[in-house]
Amino acid sequence: MDKAKNSKLLSMFSGTFGFTIISILIGLGIGAIVLLIAGFNPIEAYGIMLSGVFSKPKYIAYAIIYATPLIITGLSVAFAFRTGLFNIGAEGQYIVGALVAALTGYFFNLPPFIHVIVVFLFAATAAGLWGGIAGFLKARFGVHEVISTIMLNWIALYLNNYVVNLNGFKKPQSEASYEILNTANISLLSEWKLSDAGREWLSNFPFLADLMRAPVNFGFMIALLLALIVWFILNKTTLGYELRAVGFNKYAAEYGGIGVKKSIITSMVIAGALAGLAGAVQVLGVTNKVAVLAAMEGYGFNGIAVSLIGANTAFGNVFAGLLFGALNYGGPKIQSGLQAPSEVVDIVIGTIVFFIAIPGFIKMLLTLRSKKRGDTNGR
Amino acid sequence: MTHSKFQEKVVEMKNITKVFGNFVANENINLTVHKGEVHALLGENGAGKSTLMNILYGLYTPTSGEIFIKGQKIDIANPNIAIKHGIGMVHQHFMLVEPFTVAENIILGMETTKGLGVLDLKKAINDVKQLSEKYGLHVDPEAKIEDITVGMQQRVEILKALYRGAEILILDEPTAVLTPQEIHELIQIIRNLTEEGKSIIIITHKLKEIKMAADYCTIIRRGKFIDTVDVSVTSEEDLASKMVGREVSFAVDKVEAKPGKKVLSIDNIVVKDNRGINAVDGLSLDIYGGEILGIAGIDGNGQSELIDGITGLRKVESGSIQLHGNDVTNKTPKEIIERKISTIPEDRQKRGLVLDFTISENMVLENYHKKPFAKNGVLSHQKIKEFAKELIEKFDVRPTNENAKARALSGGNQQKVIIAREVTNDPDLLIAAQPTRGLDVGAIEYVHKALVEQRDKGKAVLLVSLELDEVMNVSDRIAVIYEGKIVGIVDAKNADENTLGLMMAGGGETHGQS
Amino acid sequence: MEGSLILTIGFILGTTLMYATPLIYTALGGVISENAGVVNIGLEGMMTIGAFTGAAVGYFTGNPWLAFIAAGLAGGFLALFHAIASVSFAADQVVSGIAINFLGPGLALFLSRIFFEGATMTKSISLNDKIPRPFNGIFPQNSILDLIFNQYATVYLAFFLVFIVWYSLYKTKFGLRLRAVGEHPKAADTLGVNVYKIRYWAVILSGVFAGFGGAAMSIAVVSNFRPTLISGQGFIALAAVIFGKWKPQGAMLAALLFGGAQGLTVYLGGTGIQVSSQILAMLPYVITLIVLIGFVGKAVSPAANGVAYEKGER
Repeated sequence: MDKAKNSKLLSMFSGTFGFTIISILIGLGIGAIVLLIAGFNPIEAYGIMLSGVFSKPKYIAYAIIYATPLIITGLSVAFAFRTGLFNIGAEGQYIVGALVAALTGYFFNLPPFIHVIVVFLFAATAAGLWGGIAGFLKARFGVHEVISTIMLNWIALYLNNYVVNLNGFKKPQSEASYEILNTANISLLSEWKLSDAGREWLSNFPFLADLMRAPVNFGFMIALLLALIVWFILNKTTLGYELRAVGFNKYAAEYGGIGVKKSIITSMVIAGALAGLAGAVQVLGVTNKVAVLAAMEGYGFNGIAVSLIGANTAFGNVFAGLLFGALNYGGPKIQSGLQAPSEVVDIVIGTIVFFIAIPGFIKMLLTLRSKKRGDTNGR
Repeated sequence: MTHSKFQEKVVEMKNITKVFGNFVANENINLTVHKGEVHALLGENGAGKSTLMNILYGLYTPTSGEIFIKGQKIDIANPNIAIKHGIGMVHQHFMLVEPFTVAENIILGMETTKGLGVLDLKKAINDVKQLSEKYGLHVDPEAKIEDITVGMQQRVEILKALYRGAEILILDEPTAVLTPQEIHELIQIIRNLTEEGKSIIIITHKLKEIKMAADYCTIIRRGKFIDTVDVSVTSEEDLASKMVGREVSFAVDKVEAKPGKKVLSIDNIVVKDNRGINAVDGLSLDIYGGEILGIAGIDGNGQSELIDGITGLRKVESGSIQLHGNDVTNKTPKEIIERKISTIPEDRQKRGLVLDFTISENMVLENYHKKPFAKNGVLSHQKIKEFAKELIEKFDVRPTNENAKARALSGGNQQKVIIAREVTNDPDLLIAAQPTRGLDVGAIEYVHKALVEQRDKGKAVLLVSLELDEVMNVSDRIAVIYEGKIVGIVDAKNADENTLGLMMAGGGETHGQS
Repeated sequence: MEGSLILTIGFILGTTLMYATPLIYTALGGVISENAGVVNIGLEGMMTIGAFTGAAVGYFTGNPWLAFIAAGLAGGFLALFHAIASVSFAADQVVSGIAINFLGPGLALFLSRIFFEGATMTKSISLNDKIPRPFNGIFPQNSILDLIFNQYATVYLAFFLVFIVWYSLYKTKFGLRLRAVGEHPKAADTLGVNVYKIRYWAVILSGVFAGFGGAAMSIAVVSNFRPTLISGQGFIALAAVIFGKWKPQGAMLAALLFGGAQGLTVYLGGTGIQVSSQILAMLPYVITLIVLIGFVGKAVSPAANGVAYEKGER
């Protein structure tokens, strides 16, 4: 009976979902051990992180705001993954999207809602072309997308720095651009909440008042909408059928008459557009400008981890992105609360990704356990 | 079979049985090889020759049976043990490091050093030179593998074994990749080696070469030992009949064919394989409606490249292919499908199915974008599932759950999914490449019936199979392919195994084209 | 005027050597690992942990060479995990490398906060405790020879190690086996070469070299570790590996090119011509992309690079 239960356990966890959950647990466990070795109480640390994320409406709002761009870059990486492509380039596509969003947000003069739409269209198109370069190089010349996108990331970074430094765009006495026009802003009632009327009204609703202290914007809504669109494209359209067929088995796809090269380019264009939208959402909702970058900001690289933890599915990404947002927002609170290094968060994330990379290890652990049990039962 | 020349037994394999899962690859096989002898191992594809040799070389462990090397019982658990006892193997697909030189490849794993792990390549080059002169194996020790001919690569492989002190050399299909001149050179090399007291085992199904080079020949059929014969007193015809056997395993029920109009006409096409060699080399063939044309041949004579050429998966270098008189040479796979050529591919898991798709998704692999399965680029899962349910029922696919992943199906049921899809496309030409490979008896019968049904509907069917029995039982006409050409076409009613076997092995006279 | 031009060239060449050095070490690591068939995208993380370890050990012991060696060991330790995943568990090598790139910087900053009172920046090593400059004071100060050759010892060691790695790869038994394992592991296996063992050593060595690269940054180019110190240099080193066609001398030349671009950027930054420096900084990556396109059809990458080797019966 024990044996049957064990094999059931094994089959339950043999799915990707199970492995992911186990990997997350191992990640948190290793994080706890590292904290313990460093002389901190892991329970206390995790407790501070938890309350730092959930104890106030404002905190929750912040965690969601942190999560938003990561959900979208995660979607970008996941989308390419489903066509069998590794989009390390989400970072660069994000930069291009953010840059174009800042440019069109500042230079275009358009009515409120229309302006936002136009900015998104330009950012998505530019970043889509940026991603498409890697797709084209792979389809036409066989250049591996991992290498070409690493190059494109750096080119994007320096392109950003070049453009930000241009006269007329760079705000004097700063290392950043001018802020976007209000017509392109997607924050939620940002002026009203600071106005007298807004303050007075909010004072009657403490929950909302606290929530609104965070830079609440429509970004998360857009992220959810994009997740829905990605899910729809992948699962409900002929395009998604083609891309998934190429991702699973390009030989069978070719045999079925699907253009493998065209699919590779299409997939990278869409992945690029998604990452670009992440940049645009961040600019229109949070930063309102782009700055000179001394180093990569990591939205794209974190997106890879989000995608891996989200098992490359649209809604898995939403949850993994939220997990990331919570870890990234809650992490620094153990710094101020306990003087415990917040970078334990990176160790946790790295460990999770590491164990997701080796499902064989978890499988081995589970079989070993059931074998051991089987042995003792036999005796 | 006591030959005065060969006294000393060097290899004795006794009652070797090897079972993979529930498939018996070798069943009580005996093999004895003497010092200085060339021993051929003859059998059709999948007869179990390579399995037996992989056991001797320590790559597989036998399920039961014993091996004696020079009279001593040895448990050959891995290749290192085989090498230690003087067994060397030249694999059909060479195990050479392309950017390395000849000498580097030969010494790898047994390097000559000047101490401190520093290579002594001068000594290595000298050693290789000496060895190559001793056995007449001409190689350039300093040339890179990627720059030398296939023939020389093979000599490097033989030298690799000799460098390790091989006394018994296994050559797996050594002539498959060689030109006629290189084959002559190889036979000379084999003679030199046996004069030096080495013993050679050649895995092959080319009768002429056996007659030219071998002293003894052991024949295996379907994993069973058939006979060991003295080659000098056995005719090619006898060898062929022992190889293919007389038993007819599956009689296929069918009425007389009523051939109709010409459907496909292939004219003098050339198709290259992955290495850039002309695998299909000036092949011409006509196929008519209402007939099953079977292509018989030994593996690697251009069958796969022929199918890839017709279906647009591989470029046709020259010549033309016409369907109903319209040129379809080098059209894209999609265009070929649209023109009503359907294919049951050779490798169902690589080409035929997306294993991680559900049955229903696989059922529309070529038609997902068409109505009613999609409208304006949006899939109708409802319609796709209904369609899949219908086909699952009609073609008796199990499990009957259209949402099951193709990966979860048995080989036979995977094949049913492909057949259901391809037949439902209502093609004018149905190509079936090795459609029963790895299937059980019931599934085989089912596939054969499906092919005959298509024929009876007036469709043209092109059957390519490595199983001679299958080709003979199912086809109406049989074309034999050898080295990328059709070397003869016979009416299935008048065909006999021996003549076909001889033609397949490049023996006998070329029959007149019908 | 002429004199100042020569000095300008001297300055640019000197900065080139300085900035190229960390890349050379790390790229050598990449060459070793990828020639054995294991893609190492985790160089970035290994370099970061090396940079921290070097700076921390250097600060606490005052012994720069001990710090340098400790940095190598730290990189090798992190690489061990990449080896476990990609060699023993046949993991996707890129995914495993990405995990390393989270773990390396995460651990480095974590430890920095522990040992340096919560700061992510380590305390500076005093000038005397940095890696020595063997030619300091030999040439007249600010002469062209001084500008070019008055470098930290790590610069010269890097070039020496290029030779050592080249010699080991192409002239020794270990190198022959290592390259065989990266080209055709099955062929090597049938000849009794232990594919797993060689790949383990190669990956660990690549971590050691990446660790050296990090230290060459943190205890020579600058004198402490900070979060943005490495930021991306591991990836640039990876590009140098590919640009250099997986050969040590090629990777070195590519690293010099990237270092040269950085040197020029520094020079132009000093002159206030900032806009063009951004375009210049972009160039190496554009050139690498173009070179990659030129590779088409030529199999320059080790044939089995990125492919896990799994023994198995049938």
